[in-house]
Amino acid sequence: MKNQTDRIIEIAPLTRVEGHGKVTVHLNEDNEVVEARLHIVEFRGFERFIQGRMLWEVPVIVQRLCGICPVSHHLAAAKAMDMVVGVDQLTPTAEKMRRLMHYGQIMQSNVLHFFHLSSPDLLFGFDAPAKKRDIFNIIREFPELARQGVLMRKYGQEIIQYTSGKKIHGNSAIPGGVNKNLSLAERDALLKDIDQMILWSEQALELARDYTLEHASLVDSFANFDSNHMSLVRTDGALDLYHGNLRAIDSHGNIIFDQVDYRDFDSIIQEEVKPWSYMKFPFIKSRGNVDGWYRVGPLARMNTASFIDTPLANQHHADFRRFSQHKPANMTLAYHWARMIEVLHCTEKIKELLLDPDLHGSDLRLTGQRREEGIAMLEAPRGSLLHHYKVDENDQVTYCNLIVSTTHNNTAMNRAVTDVAKKYLSGQRKITEPMLNHVEVAVRAYDPCLSCATHALGQMPLVIELFDAENRLIDSASQYATPEPTAP
Amino acid sequence: MSDKDHLTLNIDGQKITAKRGQTLMQACDAAGVYIPRLCDSEGLEPQGSCRVCSVKLNGRVVAACTQPVVANAHIESETEEINRYRKDLVSMLFHEGNHLCPICEASGRCELQAMAYRLGISQAAPHPYLEPVRPVDASHPDIALDNNRCILCGRCIRASRDVDGKHVFEYIGRGIHKRIGVNADCLAETDASIDDHAMSLEVCPVGCIIRKREGFFAPVGERLYDTEVIGRDIETQQPHHHSLHKIEVKQIDPADFPPFNKDDNGDTV
Repeated sequence: MKNQTDRIIEIAPLTRVEGHGKVTVHLNEDNEVVEARLHIVEFRGFERFIQGRMLWEVPVIVQRLCGICPVSHHLAAAKAMDMVVGVDQLTPTAEKMRRLMHYGQIMQSNVLHFFHLSSPDLLFGFDAPAKKRDIFNIIREFPELARQGVLMRKYGQEIIQYTSGKKIHGNSAIPGGVNKNLSLAERDALLKDIDQMILWSEQALELARDYTLEHASLVDSFANFDSNHMSLVRTDGALDLYHGNLRAIDSHGNIIFDQVDYRDFDSIIQEEVKPWSYMKFPFIKSRGNVDGWYRVGPLARMNTASFIDTPLANQHHADFRRFSQHKPANMTLAYHWARMIEVLHCTEKIKELLLDPDLHGSDLRLTGQRREEGIAMLEAPRGSLLHHYKVDENDQVTYCNLIVSTTHNNTAMNRAVTDVAKKYLSGQRKITEPMLNHVEVAVRAYDPCLSCATHALGQMPLVIELFDAENRLIDSASQYATPEPTAP
Repeated sequence: MSDKDHLTLNIDGQKITAKRGQTLMQACDAAGVYIPRLCDSEGLEPQGSCRVCSVKLNGRVVAACTQPVVANAHIESETEEINRYRKDLVSMLFHEGNHLCPICEASGRCELQAMAYRLGISQAAPHPYLEPVRPVDASHPDIALDNNRCILCGRCIRASRDVDGKHVFEYIGRGIHKRIGVNADCLAETDASIDDHAMSLEVCPVGCIIRKREGFFAPVGERLYDTEVIGRDIETQQPHHHSLHKIEVKQIDPADFPPFNKDDNGDTV
């Protein structure tokens, strides 16, 4: 690759995404794009330093990976620890409190992405001057829309506060249950605004839908590529963001696997390491590492789910399926529409839960027969999130592996940036900022959260290359620290 | 009032009556005047080691928890100078150990954290962080010790020795190397029990002595110091708003929920 590449354009830092990353575009002497890569340039190391900590600390520690979707990590870890403490079915109060928290989380995170991060691209155009493409200009030119975005996010954050104790980094999900129920006063405070939230969600959804329909040729030609799709679905095939079994389909909609217990993930999913990114590349084992990559997140979920169990969101899901002619939608830009269908689903679910008296119950936690391993999966805002732990007889964690949504989407995002770079940058004599923004738009559609997607320093390859004065490589050394534990 | 059994103290300009034989702290507590403290705990012999209860008695700095009341006592406690000493002492405790409040199960009920809030410590002091490496002793089935959070208050030593009659803990080492050890290779090999007074939440002021499987049972907002500043109970002579203890957990019949296991081929059974 090095020989073919004459010039490298670097887009760093990526803006309006969570965390730090950069894109490099590799051009040959004819200015044609050879390849583009999304690099994740930060690492966190949680999988290593969680080792030795007590099992009940894990949900509180790992949520610190992120301030945007900490609830997803909090709940995934708590679910894994439910398994460790021998609880496979929570009390109704505990399960519903956790679900309410989760729907609040997905709502606020998806709203943040749509209104704050992506709406400037959609409303002002990818080619608009960089100075114009930000939330402040949205506030200036679309004040009502901006206000709704801010208030919807606030509402989601309030749900998180009432269910977890704090708007960010609460502590209520504990192994085997939760530590609080919902008070009647808290319920009433949330019920007051829920109908408004459902209305605004549907309006925002229609905005995303209309954008997709009105820009059909752009959507069709912009990072539209075949891929597999994976998510959890309920046993009846419905969208379920908190719990379910794994379903994967190929780009034509054929089932690759269905209703697989996520605790068997290591028999269907494998991870590959590449030297230029801190993020791993997972793939479906049966399809191999070349063809087995897949997408997760809102788009994948709309493709895999047979239906949605709330009426308004289900109607819009049906519209979405009609738009994609009942085949999987493979357009990167359709993520926005899909994401807003989920927001509507969440607000409908929140209302359903708020009217459920189980939320005020007092049976909060259970304990059962202790196990040594905990595996949990849920659908986080950005896609399937997997937590896997081993815990010794002293209650200390001995092993931790987190496969986060953005990691699942790694290959897809790299495909998207290469696709867009080839289309918009290849052969251009002058590369302009709006052209580069197209590349960012492609990454942004996946709403990647780069902070939690990276892995331990000890598992990263360190490569040292020595060049002579003529720029010829004369020596190189590569060192891998602790190798990854191999799947059984 | 001053007689055979009583005498009058003047603390920060306020006159209070003390019984002879009381310590300054006991007299002040009874009168509703709170003096900050970390190593002192109700029911344990005072040892005057943390020095957070330092006050000026007739111009001389003393530990209020060990100093007996004297006649004509003029005490300075809530002064800028004394509070600066306290702030420095508490700041140094944060820098000496590994105190990661956001992930600690004692957060919200931790006396060190609450004292920092009371004293207005809102950011790191200029001291270096020592970042010690202290392994967790989780060998005991019901108790874990995370010495990263230990502030050497010695309350566990006194509780085990004087209340439980067991001598599970003792100081070992000197100076900066001083730490709390157990009287065996690990806690599991001692006669420590979860029912010991030394293992109760009242004794360890931080999150060093961990009662296993009870962490994070109190929701945010219902932890001891979530809604009140440390010392409010003494200043108002009213009980705490929230209880230190919150443990209800139902044991389920394991037969209802068979364990998730895999056979030799990795298949779920």
